[in-house]
Amino acid sequence: MAVSDLQVVQPTAERPPMVNTFAIMVATKNGSGSQTANTVLLRALFKMGIPVSGKNLFPSNIQGLPTWYTIRLSADGFTARRPRSEIVVAMNPATAIEDYQHVESGGVFLYADDIKLDLNRKDLSHYPVPAKAISTKYEKDARLRSYAANMVYVGVLAHLLGISLEELESALNFHFKHKPKPVQSNMQIIRASAEWAAQNLTKTDPFRVERMNKTDGLIMIDGNTAAALGAIYGGFTFAAWYPITPATSLADALTAYAPRLRTGPDGKATYAIIQAEDELAALGMVIGAGWAGARAMTSTSGPGISLMAEFAGFGYYAEIPAVIWDIQRMGPSTGLPTRVSQGDVLKVYYLGHGDCKHVCLLPAHPAECFEFGWKAFDLAERLQTPVFVLSDLDIGMNQWMSPPFEYPEQPMDRGKVLDAKQLDELGSFARYKDVDGDGIPYRTLPGTPHPLAAYFTRGTGHNEKAGYSERPDDWVKNMARLGRKFETARKIVPQPVVQEVEGARIAFISYGSADPAVEEARWRLEHHHQIKTSYLRIRALPLADSIKDFVAAHDRVYVVELNTDAQMYQLLRLHVGGELEVRLRAANWSDGLPLTARWVTSHVLQAEQAEAEKEGSK
Amino acid sequence: MTAAAPAKNLNSLGLPKAEYKGLPSTLCAGCGHNSISDKIIDAVWELGLRQEQVIKLSGIGCSSKSPAYFLGRSFGINTLHGRMPSVATGALTVNRTLYGIGVSGDGDTGSIGLGQFKHMLRRNVRMVYIIENNGVYGLTKGQFSATADIGQELKHAGRNELPPIDLCLEAITAECGFVARSFAGDPKHVISLIKAALNYRGTAVLDIISPCVTFNDRDDSTKSYYWGKTHDERINDFSFVMPQEEIVIDQVEGETLEVELHDGSRIVLRKLAEGQHDPTDKYAAMRLLQEARDKQQFITGLIYINTERPSLAELANLVDTPLAFLPQSQLRPSRESLEKLMEAMK
Ligand SMILES: Cc1ncc(C[n+]2csc(CCOP(=O)(O)OP(=O)(O)O)c2C)c(N)n1
Ligand code: SF4
Ligand SMILES: [Mg+2]
Repeated sequence: MAVSDLQVVQPTAERPPMVNTFAIMVATKNGSGSQTANTVLLRALFKMGIPVSGKNLFPSNIQGLPTWYTIRLSADGFTARRPRSEIVVAMNPATAIEDYQHVESGGVFLYADDIKLDLNRKDLSHYPVPAKAISTKYEKDARLRSYAANMVYVGVLAHLLGISLEELESALNFHFKHKPKPVQSNMQIIRASAEWAAQNLTKTDPFRVERMNKTDGLIMIDGNTAAALGAIYGGFTFAAWYPITPATSLADALTAYAPRLRTGPDGKATYAIIQAEDELAALGMVIGAGWAGARAMTSTSGPGISLMAEFAGFGYYAEIPAVIWDIQRMGPSTGLPTRVSQGDVLKVYYLGHGDCKHVCLLPAHPAECFEFGWKAFDLAERLQTPVFVLSDLDIGMNQWMSPPFEYPEQPMDRGKVLDAKQLDELGSFARYKDVDGDGIPYRTLPGTPHPLAAYFTRGTGHNEKAGYSERPDDWVKNMARLGRKFETARKIVPQPVVQEVEGARIAFISYGSADPAVEEARWRLEHHHQIKTSYLRIRALPLADSIKDFVAAHDRVYVVELNTDAQMYQLLRLHVGGELEVRLRAANWSDGLPLTARWVTSHVLQAEQAEAEKEGSK
Repeated sequence: MTAAAPAKNLNSLGLPKAEYKGLPSTLCAGCGHNSISDKIIDAVWELGLRQEQVIKLSGIGCSSKSPAYFLGRSFGINTLHGRMPSVATGALTVNRTLYGIGVSGDGDTGSIGLGQFKHMLRRNVRMVYIIENNGVYGLTKGQFSATADIGQELKHAGRNELPPIDLCLEAITAECGFVARSFAGDPKHVISLIKAALNYRGTAVLDIISPCVTFNDRDDSTKSYYWGKTHDERINDFSFVMPQEEIVIDQVEGETLEVELHDGSRIVLRKLAEGQHDPTDKYAAMRLLQEARDKQQFITGLIYINTERPSLAELANLVDTPLAFLPQSQLRPSRESLEKLMEAMK
């Protein structure tokens, strides 16, 4: 086969085996069916007990543009994206040159054997993959051949790395929901390819996998499915949405799971899901449903958020519960629609017009997407306000290992709602009166059969009794109450997760999908550079008061996030203010890709060195 | 002994009409919108609906302010400019037991809100959607709206060179099954339309010409009182009949046509004369509207009726209890179901 025709350079030196800790990158074309092959590989490794994370780096395109899938194996359990990979599988001629350079020195280059490339790197092991020959032989249906070609590299990798064929088969079963036909046909190609590799390739690289038990009890899931499940267990009764990547799969998961989990005994639905005509209407419907007493939600991404601005302000001021998921992607404008960013923080926090700020939850992984999936409703109804959940493309669409989700222990919090009986007992009702001193008024639901129940909801100025008012004192009083309510929110939203390390003079503050890179960077700083760091992970806005103490306890605090304008850093500066402000350091990066520990580590090392030089020159 | 007949000034719930009042209007004296508010009160009172079972919704504009001025014990929501349809869709889906009365303007519906208007009709959300159509933006002081006639002149806005959007025509092309036009200066007609519309199982659109006495009431304006009084061409007459009521329509020459509405209530139509409009004929309705627009005719009446389409809530196959009032026991799936799901993802 092709091997002998090519000038292949192989490293010769014997090297110690590299087991369960390396990264694989598969370069293919969008729409070629590689997603199945990659998720099957990922799942098989996961089932072998090896900690893995899979990230799909895909273009905004249906078919033809290059796409990359990275699988990171890490015996130590690190899951952040690696900037380069030890093993590269090149299936796309268009990017082969670039992909070739991407391989870490000492690594492996697997390539479809019809790719013409000068394989001149002496530091790599090269293996051809006879994708066309094998897939043509086994897949008679020409339409399925590109899918089959992807299974060839799975088989070759299985042989080279020692991936269990049984686990690959069970991963295929999982993927194809135990349909025998596709499982068998794909498995046949995997087997044939592994056998071909055994007969034709001489292994010259040190990489292999071995079973371990580090994924026992864990599940594998994406954040959007987790969020949808959270909403279902949180008792959502209404959802309206408009398709947009990377949020679509959240609504898809709602639509897929709700019939199973939320059909009443009479076979009827305990929820309604509407595909709206746009995001503006989607939030309008949610506001209407929330006003009428439903647990209502929508999911979108940046461009949809802009269309929701007017309703967000209305919901804040008229005090209507709503849950809005923003699965963030790159802006401005349409930006890079299939790439990740944490760029909507400021926009969403202040979304609306006039003086307006929102409760935002910041999940860092699927388990938190599930938790915030139900908690967001409790908070929205307790606080009578729109609650935003800022996830992102990396959390939402990629596969993450996760502990199984915990069933919500607290009963649902439906907030301060008065029914007819309570109205009778009270004898009076003022919709916007601060009865309890926490800024949260009482509300009634349309249809409540009591002459005192009704009130008029409006986005215009109103007094305690919900009457129209342009009086300056009514305005000031109402805004002051909304301020008190926001302070109540500050106390009841999910509080930060803090790791204060003894003797640490520097610290990190971060949130969302930047978390794995920060955790790994902390490990590197401690083990390779003897720098101890503390870490505070923000889980919600408004920012907790305890953040001030955390900043005060450290000399320098790096605020790590994925955007160009250092948005959380700006909010933190406002929050800690005064003398503490100078301790904060922006450590933001945004190029469309998930953050790497390497970037965080080197950023901090450089900054710390500059700091030391500054100290020295004093 | 026979049951005492309800006193003449009380409705079937034993309530006087005064109970159905709202706050005093802050609109201009003589504004057409005020008379429509009064007719809404009449209709709801006469039907004997409980006010708590009615929700009032509106967008933004003089017209959209008016829900504060009727049915003081009904829940109300004054939403965003042009966006009442989406809010209504959400509210009326999660509580199907409510009657919805939406009030909008020609700017609110015909310009900024045209998209939401059409999509709500397409979904067939059960509610009465009233357009208080004055051909101008009242609240922003007299700009042309999209329903202004071509060639019309206004003091500040000058001459309108663009053709009008006919909102009834838009409604029919969006498959709305209850489309009528009326005139704020014809109280009886407005009341019976609202009563019938409240009993329609879907969106009922009432395009009511409602003169703006401040910005668009010159005699030569087709949206003025004078024009309405002098040019009104009634395409048909009808009665709204409650389930137990007897038909009181005068049995004059000509056929009658009955259309069954919700819970046995009916519309009984009398064709005015041979060859006149049949409101169950969609194409005839569209032709009628198109011709009236071309000839600047002021036609009123029930233009189109079709009771076949299911409403959105019916299509959604929802449990009987309104979604808004479902208890936790029906909303949170069991612990075991989550454990099973988690097991499958391992
Ligand atoms: C998003 C937005 N844009 C503009 C306005 C300003 N605005 C208020 S009412 C109105 C026009 C109302 O006209 P119409 O719906 O015909 O109601 P009318 O006052 O004539 O009854 C406009 C443009 C607004 N409130 N919101
Ligand atoms: S400006 Fe016109 S529409 Fe507005 S209240 Fe006055 S008369 Fe009515
Ligand atoms: Mg108008």
